[in-house]
Amino acid sequence: MSTDSHKTPNTPLTLEFKSSTFSVPVLVLSSDNLVVIEQQLQEKISLAPEFFRNSPLVLDLQEINKHGYVIDIAALTDIIRKAGLLPIGIRGGNVQQNKQALELLIPVYSIHSGGVSNETQKQKKIIPPVSEPKTDTGADVTTTTLITQPIRSGQRIYSVGDLVILAQVSAGAEIMAEGNIHVYNTLRGRALAGVRGNTEARIFCFDLQAELISIAGNYKISEDLDETVRNKPVQIYLQDQALIIKDIVQHH
Amino acid sequence: MARIIVVTSGKGGVGKTTTSAAIAMGLAKKGHKTAVIDFDVGLRNLDLIMGCERRVVYDFVNVINGEATLNQALIRDKNCNLLYILPASQTRDKDALSQEGVGKILEELKKDFKYIVCDSPAGIEKGAHLAMYFADDAFVVTNPEVSSVRDSDRMLGILASKSRRAEHNEEPIKEYLLLTRYSPERVKLGEMLSVDDVQDILSLHLLGVIPESKSVLNASNSGTPVILDEKSDAGQAYADIVARYLGENRPHRFIDDKKGFFGKLFRSK
Repeated sequence: MSTDSHKTPNTPLTLEFKSSTFSVPVLVLSSDNLVVIEQQLQEKISLAPEFFRNSPLVLDLQEINKHGYVIDIAALTDIIRKAGLLPIGIRGGNVQQNKQALELLIPVYSIHSGGVSNETQKQKKIIPPVSEPKTDTGADVTTTTLITQPIRSGQRIYSVGDLVILAQVSAGAEIMAEGNIHVYNTLRGRALAGVRGNTEARIFCFDLQAELISIAGNYKISEDLDETVRNKPVQIYLQDQALIIKDIVQHH
Repeated sequence: MARIIVVTSGKGGVGKTTTSAAIAMGLAKKGHKTAVIDFDVGLRNLDLIMGCERRVVYDFVNVINGEATLNQALIRDKNCNLLYILPASQTRDKDALSQEGVGKILEELKKDFKYIVCDSPAGIEKGAHLAMYFADDAFVVTNPEVSSVRDSDRMLGILASKSRRAEHNEEPIKEYLLLTRYSPERVKLGEMLSVDDVQDILSLHLLGVIPESKSVLNASNSGTPVILDEKSDAGQAYADIVARYLGENRPHRFIDDKKGFFGKLFRSK
């Protein structure tokens, strides 16, 4: 007898939906020549075959579509599977490509974190900065928050996407973003990027004097900051769960 | 159009009331009808500094509660007939103030006065909040030391997010920095933050620097705003500030060591 329309009251819940973030390699394609793609893919994989074996992969079609190239998704996924990779999604595809991908049971993702696409990027401007963090997590992930006023001591700013601040961030202020943080001025307060676990998030600032910096929960406090990285333009990113602070201006 | 100026700081003891008294007197002396309101209900002392404590009959809270009219409570200054003082109550606390009541009084004052100076209490609680809520301009009074600078920064955040102008998405409050109790000698010795240090942290428009001066204490004790002591350095500094606020272009003084000039002249080598 079928039980699918009945809930058995005494059985404990056997499943649960949870949200989780994964780091997945993205293959950005810029040519429609399948032969060349296959050849170059093999070359790349041969450099680190263990790393790539059965690795999940998202295909980024933005560049292809920018140039107006036509590509067959079925043929492309065949090549990728043959190379030992497992395509788990596409992004940046057009209507035709998205439809084809879904027919092949390959999910379609929207572009975010690094978005170049103008149609999907919305900009929101907050003039008087909010003092309470926003809680509407259902907001568009591509949202960038732009702030032009100084963030003063005691103020908190939260962005569901990237956070761009043109004015200074005072000591005692706290800025948080699920994406990247850019401060084109002095950063004296606390800056937390990738607060929902995005380990690819970065912090960029013009003058580092922060009380605390954090990416995806990995943090450093002011005392841990080396004198060589203070008071200058730096970027901060995560590498093997360690925060790396580097000059933005690279000297060769 | 009347302008409401709040004199605020966050931290106590930095010179808010001295500044309110001096600024209000300075504006009135320049020919603008000015009212100065003491928002420090329960700890009033603007009337002391203005030398009118013996003439207080009704106060701010009486007017809010409808127990007196505004005209009954306003005290005309003995030195300048364009200046009026609305004293705080000494027997009540800050809960006696309501946003609606304060708003009504300010609206009424705006009809008759060119400038309304609100002397904020210390802290960031109700009294300070109401003092700044309706402001058009803010004079942020800061001492050259880190805790005062930090409190001013906090206050600036509140001005930018919790004022009427912020809540109604209007043009933000114009913020000005007044650095008080400044001592160039101590800055030189590294005991005090310099103007540049403070500007670096707050990045605000500097309206003026008031030097640490005995004349301020003397003026307070005698109940005459220090700006009336035209010979004193602090009095002149406040006069400069009023002139700059009204649009005059005056070079900054009292920033460098007084002895510096003569020191350079007579430097023996």
